[in-house]
Amino acid sequence: MKILVCIKQVPDMESRFRPDASGVWYSEIDMAFRVNEYDEYAIEEAVRLKEKLGGEPELTVLSLGPDRVVEGIKKALAMGCDRGIHVQDSASQLKDPWQIASAIAASARGENYDLIFTGLQSQDRGSAQVGTMVAELLEYSCATTVIGFEYAEGSVTVKRELEGGLRAVVRLKTPALVTCQLGLNQPRYPTLPNIMKAKKKEILTVPVSELLHEEPRTVMAGFYAPAKKGTGVVLEGDVADQVDKLIGILKDKTGLLR
Amino acid sequence: MKALLIAECRDGKILDYSYELFGFAARLSADVAVLLVGKEGELPECGGAVYLADVAKYGECNPDQHKLVVLAAVEREKPDYVVLMHSSYGWDLAPRVAAGLKVAQLSEVVAVAEDGFELPCCSQKMRRKAKPVGSPVVLTLQLGAFPAVKPGGSPALQRIDVEGEGKVEFLGYEPPPPKGVDLGRAEVIVSAGRGIGKKENIEVIAALARVLGGEVGASRPVVDSGWIDAGHQVGTTGQTVSPKLYVACGISGAIQHLAGMKKSGFIVAVNKDKEAPIGEVADVLVVADVMQFVPALTAKLAK
Ligand SMILES: Cc1cc2nc3c(=O)[nH]c(=O)nc-3n(C[C@H](O)[C@H](O)[C@H](O)COP(=O)(O)OP(=O)(O)OC[C@H]3O[C@@H](n4cnc5c(N)ncnc54)[C@H](O)[C@@H]3O)c2cc1C
Repeated sequence: MKILVCIKQVPDMESRFRPDASGVWYSEIDMAFRVNEYDEYAIEEAVRLKEKLGGEPELTVLSLGPDRVVEGIKKALAMGCDRGIHVQDSASQLKDPWQIASAIAASARGENYDLIFTGLQSQDRGSAQVGTMVAELLEYSCATTVIGFEYAEGSVTVKRELEGGLRAVVRLKTPALVTCQLGLNQPRYPTLPNIMKAKKKEILTVPVSELLHEEPRTVMAGFYAPAKKGTGVVLEGDVADQVDKLIGILKDKTGLLR
Repeated sequence: MKALLIAECRDGKILDYSYELFGFAARLSADVAVLLVGKEGELPECGGAVYLADVAKYGECNPDQHKLVVLAAVEREKPDYVVLMHSSYGWDLAPRVAAGLKVAQLSEVVAVAEDGFELPCCSQKMRRKAKPVGSPVVLTLQLGAFPAVKPGGSPALQRIDVEGEGKVEFLGYEPPPPKGVDLGRAEVIVSAGRGIGKKENIEVIAALARVLGGEVGASRPVVDSGWIDAGHQVGTTGQTVSPKLYVACGISGAIQHLAGMKKSGFIVAVNKDKEAPIGEVADVLVVADVMQFVPALTAKLAK
């Protein structure tokens, strides 16, 4: 059995985002990057499945992006993936979901993965398209927003989360792709021995030009902070002072405090 | 300009937010046709072409076949836009349709710009503008970004029937986990977000809730991490609340959280990041470390 996990690196969402020189995406200066949260659930679920099946499946992790994404691949290897593929692309931020999906599908085609795990969406772009498009391009069955996953004999049963906490239970035949939603599991922290072991694992580097032959379907045209409504009061400075001011406001405005 | 609107049914009923599709079409001044996998007794309240595929045949959770149905309607209508909501149904179906047509998809549109569409990014902290290339274009709309509009009139029904196997087998719905606390009735809710840092700190939030005579709410990561049980979750996949006072502690203000609490009477947010999107809905934004501010507030109120 062969499993692929697709991951992306994203900045810490608490960062201050500023436009870059192109004006259509953020500047990476002073940004700390980490594995996209949704993708950590994808890695964890794949590793759990491998463990459950007695370590038999071969688990490949793929990330497309500039050289920094190798850090994310190393984390996935330390969490339990067997080998990595770095699809090298120093301009990945300008690619649209269709192009990213096409490149991933090109890498996966012919590899006969039984299962592919991706995150539901990335925290920075938030398009929620890449996983599903990869499945379409490879003609895999696909379920999105997965918060429960079971595998047995070539068949996958998942819970998809719908609005209001309602779930839909669906069954997929492999080959299948699932996009993982928050709360699917509790991603593990890599242990030191596993970080050491991961250093010996292979990471294959493939230039994106070998995989991607599609033109973009969308053009990025701007990046900016949303217009502030600016109605609220902002309290900054000394904590004791903030406490007093807030209590004053609550007394004034809510009638809850006397 | 023409838009094909993909309405949504659950348990045989049209979902209310489907009418936001009409609000968006009005914003574009587009002619509309509607597609629904549903049943005849439950058609959208509008005039014009309504394509209906029988839910008894295609099911509600059968995206591969729904894709074929959409492609068949696109073939007949030749729309400029195919529009869905950015819901669990929409984001599951839209990329399949876009891939099937080999066209652009823009996700979670929040506004129409002069030469493109505005989309949120970076966990709602930022916006970006994107321009589609080619036609038609598949769009999903952020829930609540466009007004719900019921155009009225009587639909000109056209049936759609396609052949083809679905690869996803729907086994049934499962109800949401039981509510532990009824946050819907609380006058005051103090909610913990990931910014509280660790499980033990829930107690700090609970202490403030106690002095205010309220309940404890939580954002999703707090529930997912097992710091508190799911009954406390506020948001699209949790409870919808409207207390007199909502105090959001270390919560960034993701759209799915806001959807559950923005109708609160008075909103106080405590966040160390002045630019956190929660500031957009807060009446008061306290820029501070929760673990310093909340205990200080509790102590002062307890006096
Ligand atoms: C389909 C779907 C459904 C979802 N449903 C829900 C839902 O029902 N409810 C929900 O809440 N979310 C839901 N989410 C998740 C949502 O998108 C966000 O991920 C989540 O709300 C973020 O929670 P948070 O604000 O606690 O954490 P984060 O986004 O990580 O934010 C933490 C915040 O704390 C601040 N902070 C950090 N440390 C401190 C400190 N020491 N002092 C003060 N502030 C600090 C940071 O500045 C940041 O703003 C859903 C997501 C999806 C995709």
